[in-house]
Amino acid sequence: MTKVTSSSVQELYPEQYELFRLPAGRPVRFRRREFLKLLGTGLVVLCVSPRAGAQAESGGGGRRRGGQGRPTNLDAWLKVEPDGTVTFFTGKAEVGQNIRTSLTQAVAEELPAPIGSIRAVMADTDLTPYDMGTFGSRSTPDMGLQLRRVAATAREALLDLAAAHWSVDRASLSAADGKVVHSASGRSVGFGELAAGRQLVRTISAETVLRPATQWRIAGTSVPKVDAREFVTGGHRYASDMALPGMLFGRVLRPPSYGATLDSLDTARAGAMPGVRVVRDGDFVGVVAPSSHEASRAVAAIGATWKTHAQMSESELFRALRGGDGPPDGLVREADGGITLRRTYTMAYIAHVPLEPRAAVAAWKDGKLTVWTGSQRPFGIRDEEMTAAFGLAPERFRVIVPDTGSGYGGKHTGLAAIEAARLSRAVDRPVKMVWSREEEFTWAYLRPAGVIDVASRAGADGRIASWDFHNYNSGNAGIEPPYAIPGPKTQFHRSDSPLPQGSYRSLAAAANHFARESHVDELAGELKLDPLEFRLRNIENPRLRDVAEAGARAFGWGGPRTAGRGRGMAVGVDKGGHVATFAEVAVDAESGRVGAVRVVQAFDCGAVVNPDHLKLQLEGAVVQGLGGALFEAIHFGNGQIVNPHLSAYRVPRFSDAPQVEIVLVDRRDLPSAGAGETGLVGIAPALGNAICDATGVRLRSMPLVPDGMRRPG
Amino acid sequence: MPVVSELNVNGVRHPLHADGDRPLLSVLRDDLGITGTKFGCGEGQCGACTVHVEGVPIRSCLTPVGAIGPQRITTIEGLEKDGRLHPLQQAFLDEGAMQCAYCTSGMIMSGVVLLAKNPDPTDEEIVRFMDGNICRCGVYPRILGAIKRAAKAMGGART
Repeated sequence: MTKVTSSSVQELYPEQYELFRLPAGRPVRFRRREFLKLLGTGLVVLCVSPRAGAQAESGGGGRRRGGQGRPTNLDAWLKVEPDGTVTFFTGKAEVGQNIRTSLTQAVAEELPAPIGSIRAVMADTDLTPYDMGTFGSRSTPDMGLQLRRVAATAREALLDLAAAHWSVDRASLSAADGKVVHSASGRSVGFGELAAGRQLVRTISAETVLRPATQWRIAGTSVPKVDAREFVTGGHRYASDMALPGMLFGRVLRPPSYGATLDSLDTARAGAMPGVRVVRDGDFVGVVAPSSHEASRAVAAIGATWKTHAQMSESELFRALRGGDGPPDGLVREADGGITLRRTYTMAYIAHVPLEPRAAVAAWKDGKLTVWTGSQRPFGIRDEEMTAAFGLAPERFRVIVPDTGSGYGGKHTGLAAIEAARLSRAVDRPVKMVWSREEEFTWAYLRPAGVIDVASRAGADGRIASWDFHNYNSGNAGIEPPYAIPGPKTQFHRSDSPLPQGSYRSLAAAANHFARESHVDELAGELKLDPLEFRLRNIENPRLRDVAEAGARAFGWGGPRTAGRGRGMAVGVDKGGHVATFAEVAVDAESGRVGAVRVVQAFDCGAVVNPDHLKLQLEGAVVQGLGGALFEAIHFGNGQIVNPHLSAYRVPRFSDAPQVEIVLVDRRDLPSAGAGETGLVGIAPALGNAICDATGVRLRSMPLVPDGMRRPG
Repeated sequence: MPVVSELNVNGVRHPLHADGDRPLLSVLRDDLGITGTKFGCGEGQCGACTVHVEGVPIRSCLTPVGAIGPQRITTIEGLEKDGRLHPLQQAFLDEGAMQCAYCTSGMIMSGVVLLAKNPDPTDEEIVRFMDGNICRCGVYPRILGAIKRAAKAMGGART
């Protein structure tokens, strides 16, 4: 046990930096003394931001405050309150992936303490340690591990306290269920009682022993969503539900097309509406009103003319992304029975369509902004976007992310928060900003469209002999083939996108898997080999073989078939996850309607933290991925999205959802990888391959069947 | 449209002052602070704003508040009785039928009406009735399971 003074706190740290994957360069938030005061009494587990030391480690740039080896920045990760409540702090955001639950399990496992005694404070830039953002399927592998170390450190400190309390040998004590137990005497004492009335600080130690996954008791089980009751009663407050006294509702005037600039403006009519105020700051024009509806009416009453410029049409897109025509498609059969195949695949822009649109409630007080907003990057909004928008230091902004109505990679930016903050500042009242669905489609960003050219050769022995894969615009993720191919060539080429684009669940892995797994299926077909057999001949990765075989068994691959239906499969490895997807489709010969009937998805992401929530993620990924696979597409022309409404942009509904079966390969011997994204990569190629199996028609553009299958002839 | 000065929500009469042509959703959320009902699309396509008026499900984003009159409105907050959740709310918990849960209020409000009309719906009947409610996280199979579980709990299911 360490009685902490400010100087001893400092001495504890320097060797700890390399433990944490926190990026360098964050601004100072608290000075040491005020920080410890703020934390009050109880057991606190801290770590120091790795600014000075970590920069030396990584060689990275970034601002430095405080000298080398003199850290000034402490982060509290966990606190044990006198009543036994354990609070942990993480900068990650809950957007429906259920990390509030899985991270609670990680803490509960290592303390150990009951799930119900643990509270998570998430994604609040004033309260939680810096975090780069909730993306890349990193919450479980990085934050889960970090919080396990934090909780194990707390456990060790509590054991020290109890040993001193009873004057017994520390080795005779154990921790269980929120208590330290001395089994020899039958005594036990609660964590809260041990921590009460003291100010204790522990830092996270490299020697902390974590419980191996093979011995997990709380992690590894299907703990229900921790705050689920709040969501079925309507009690949970999303950012769009927040309210403050005196709050007004904002709306912003949007240009008619991308890049349009304001020519003339007439706000007289809007400004005369009761309770309405118009705010103008250069090209930024907005209104505030007493209700969301009145704000919409007021902004519609603004007269504005715009300077626009001609922009690309949708029909020019793929040629423009590639920068010209690609190589012609072709199949060549060689004398030795091998084949070479050249194909091009395309994918349309699609939208995230989070059901909760971008939303924010902003309030300024004494020159500091507090903003609640649905976002995956609260610290990025504070450090990059807010500082740039207002020219103020990061300390002047507090960004809080209530558990959010989904993101799917689409909520990395803070535009709604900035707009709410600008309006709030101008009218000196709290302002709520909730984007309309049309704004959400138009002024956020999209999953990149892409063109992929693939050239390959496969021998009569069923081995892929060469691989040349070029992705234009959609991205790098998942571009490497998981097959044993000699010297495969893959290249991502950047392009100028005519539409705003950005992250989307699984990034480009969905596009790259679609192209690769469609292509591999075609090779198998041309060689008259079963698609599973062909893949297995080319897979050396044992984890991928395992999921392919486990999925095939559950699906009944090779078993009896139903007339009018087709089967397809796909495999992939991305972000530490190994996936095999098997799909059965029904194609209605009369109407051409294509429906996914049944999907089996086998998945291995190492040790599974919460089997039920992992299955839920994978089921949801299949259903969401099915939309982009079969029918979702953004249509555009001349700088405008032409279908920015749910009535014109089809997303999967109940009637589109197949029967989904998830097969988990739980590898307790391996570290946990993330699982939010990789479940989405197999569904499009599996469906495309199944459609080809059913109809003989090979489709190479996503969406595959926006209008169903055209009847032959 | 005339000004609306009272609204009966979840058995409580709320005095207010709202233009009758404002959508019910805006009045519930902005004026009365009853925020369990969600805005999703504003065009009646997603079902997130579903509430009951005299037991009939309506899309509150498209319904002018002036059209309600003295009729009784029920929102998600009104389903719990004496601390007991409606069986469908409980079934959503038991099935884990949510991810981000932003659609959950509307899903439950639609599902409650389905079960009132049809105590033992088939899968096809559930899909047809619920097809106007969007879950972007793709939790449909679990929601379908929750409706069937609730049907059983309410004694409607034959099996």
